[in-house]
Amino acid sequence: MGNPCAVIGIGQTHYTTKRRDVSIAGLVREAALRALQDAGLTWKDIDAVVIGKAPDLFEGVMMPEAYLADALGAAGKPMMRVHTAGSVGGSTALVGASLIQGGVHDRVLVVAFEKQSESNATWALSTHLPFSASLVVGAGGYFAPHIREYIRRSGAPEHIGHLVAVKDRRNALKNPYAHLRIPGIDRKMVESTPMLWEPIRYLDTCPSSDGACAMVLAAGDKLTASTPAWVLGTAMRSEPIFRAGRDTVNPQGGKDCAADVYRQAGITDPRREIDVAEVYVPFSWYEPMWLENLGFAAEGEGWKLTESGATALDGDIPWNASGGVLSSNPIGASGLIRFAEAALQVRGMAGEHQVDGARRALGHAYGGGAQFFAMWMVGSDRP
Amino acid sequence: MTLEARHVLEFPGGYTRTTGPVIGRFLTELRDGRLVGVRTAGGRTLVPPLEYDPGTGDAVTGDFVEVGPAGTVESWSWVHAPRAGHPLDRPFAWALIRLDGADTSLVHAVDAGDVKAMRPGLRVRPRWRAERTGQITDIESFVPEVTRIVSPVRTEYVLKPGLALARFLEGVAAGVFVGCRCGSCHKVYVPYRLSCPECGIAITEEVEVPDTGTITTFAINNLPDPRAPEVPFVSAYVLLDGSDVPMITLVGGIAAHEVRQGMRVRAVWVPEEERTASMANIKWFAPTGEPDAEL
Repeated sequence: MGNPCAVIGIGQTHYTTKRRDVSIAGLVREAALRALQDAGLTWKDIDAVVIGKAPDLFEGVMMPEAYLADALGAAGKPMMRVHTAGSVGGSTALVGASLIQGGVHDRVLVVAFEKQSESNATWALSTHLPFSASLVVGAGGYFAPHIREYIRRSGAPEHIGHLVAVKDRRNALKNPYAHLRIPGIDRKMVESTPMLWEPIRYLDTCPSSDGACAMVLAAGDKLTASTPAWVLGTAMRSEPIFRAGRDTVNPQGGKDCAADVYRQAGITDPRREIDVAEVYVPFSWYEPMWLENLGFAAEGEGWKLTESGATALDGDIPWNASGGVLSSNPIGASGLIRFAEAALQVRGMAGEHQVDGARRALGHAYGGGAQFFAMWMVGSDRP
Repeated sequence: MTLEARHVLEFPGGYTRTTGPVIGRFLTELRDGRLVGVRTAGGRTLVPPLEYDPGTGDAVTGDFVEVGPAGTVESWSWVHAPRAGHPLDRPFAWALIRLDGADTSLVHAVDAGDVKAMRPGLRVRPRWRAERTGQITDIESFVPEVTRIVSPVRTEYVLKPGLALARFLEGVAAGVFVGCRCGSCHKVYVPYRLSCPECGIAITEEVEVPDTGTITTFAINNLPDPRAPEVPFVSAYVLLDGSDVPMITLVGGIAAHEVRQGMRVRAVWVPEEERTASMANIKWFAPTGEPDAEL
């Protein structure tokens, strides 16, 4: 896994529908400056900058990394952009970590953002190229059939998704950065919202958010006075979207990625050995599906874990204590937020949504047609 | 019978107003494109200025200070249908505007375009007339500060299908689905392609597959889409018989909620004379009526 690497600074913007008061550069600077402040550093202390965001079509700014280099203090320094669809925030952190683990740099700033209000993601994801007749309408249209297949295979009752929709939004009320804040949310409220892509109702989906997240990563001998979160394992996997026999409900890429990151971190029983997980759940049903994919439950059993309350903030394995993607979704940043929230937990700095005594946390992101995966394990103890 | 007559009362040439030294200074500065207020003995800045402090009745100081030109809307009222005497001929807001540096607010028009753009706290700036005469109408109206621009981006491509897609569409034009079989894993891919995504090797064997298949899973879409005839519509993964990868397609000829996983379907082709080398040749897939397949 290379040289020791730790998160020493984390910065987030508030996530909201429209950040009308800042430019894209202002948005990423806000997160980056907060991360630097948390680390007790300035731009000068950073060796390289890695930036991630989802498709350029979302903001219509081609190669935004070129425009943002000087906004992020990268003049005269290495700057690179990462793009792995929805998992990009996670991949961005992992590319940054690899620069330290590989001994190339001592301190790397990783930043990811999306300003969804500049256009419309469903438009950008449904460009209707000539010669094809794909009828996929937005991300919901793509994922709904795979959720239906999960329900058929597992026999899960239909309210399971709604339990997640409620749980994550209740957690969001404890996170000052969260976008959706719905006091009094309950199953009845979720069930009364319109059916968009059956079986996905309106409140089973993530919002469209503007926002940015940043982290300062440092080599083990270049820490500052701030509390570190140690990187215990990192892994990425991908698989082609159309491959004969590909399991779109429980993708092999996700299983392999989890196995790799657990092996590095010495995890053999994730449910017991991991204290808290921040997992990319953009549609509520993806919690039980990923519980199985990530080995927290046996195949077909994930929904039972959700139903039992095990993944709630007071359960034995809290998932998305921050409110998750269901509560805040600046797409390109969403994966990095998962990774950052995992680090906040093991640093004991998650505030009201802190899981008591969290020592080992999983950060997870996926993207494309559930074909790109990025994960890391972080811990409070130096490996 | 109602007697009615129109009568106009207008002093020929218009009334005159002597401004006095304080308002005169304000209007003179206005003619020069500047906004000033006057200081009271208590240190407040009145805009527009008065000769006296309205709170105490004392004379104001002779101290004029430049304010604005930007200001903040404190409250407003929307004029949906402007009248002849109004400063603008399109809907606008009458607003109380506190200019930067002032302690009182000024009434003026805000040309915001849309009532939704108005809110307390809105930052505005004067739009000056080119020809000024020393009247409050030297400011045509206030306009919101620039906080957002529209940036049209348009790219136009000429797309040509590659060899594989062209071969597949050639088949579709003739009413058949052309696929291929990998020589290593023996999986059959539709549409036709030149390499196997699993094995990574070139594929050379072309196969034709029937236009019947099984729905493996589907979504019922309640959001309208120009490519679907109505809402709700069903987009389904159909595994064509003899193929190993499903294709995503529209399902029709059946109510959305009667569609089932495992349902047997067949492509409904548009009439031969309407066919082109495009997937539009397939109207949708419709049930065959056969018993459901085991998934």
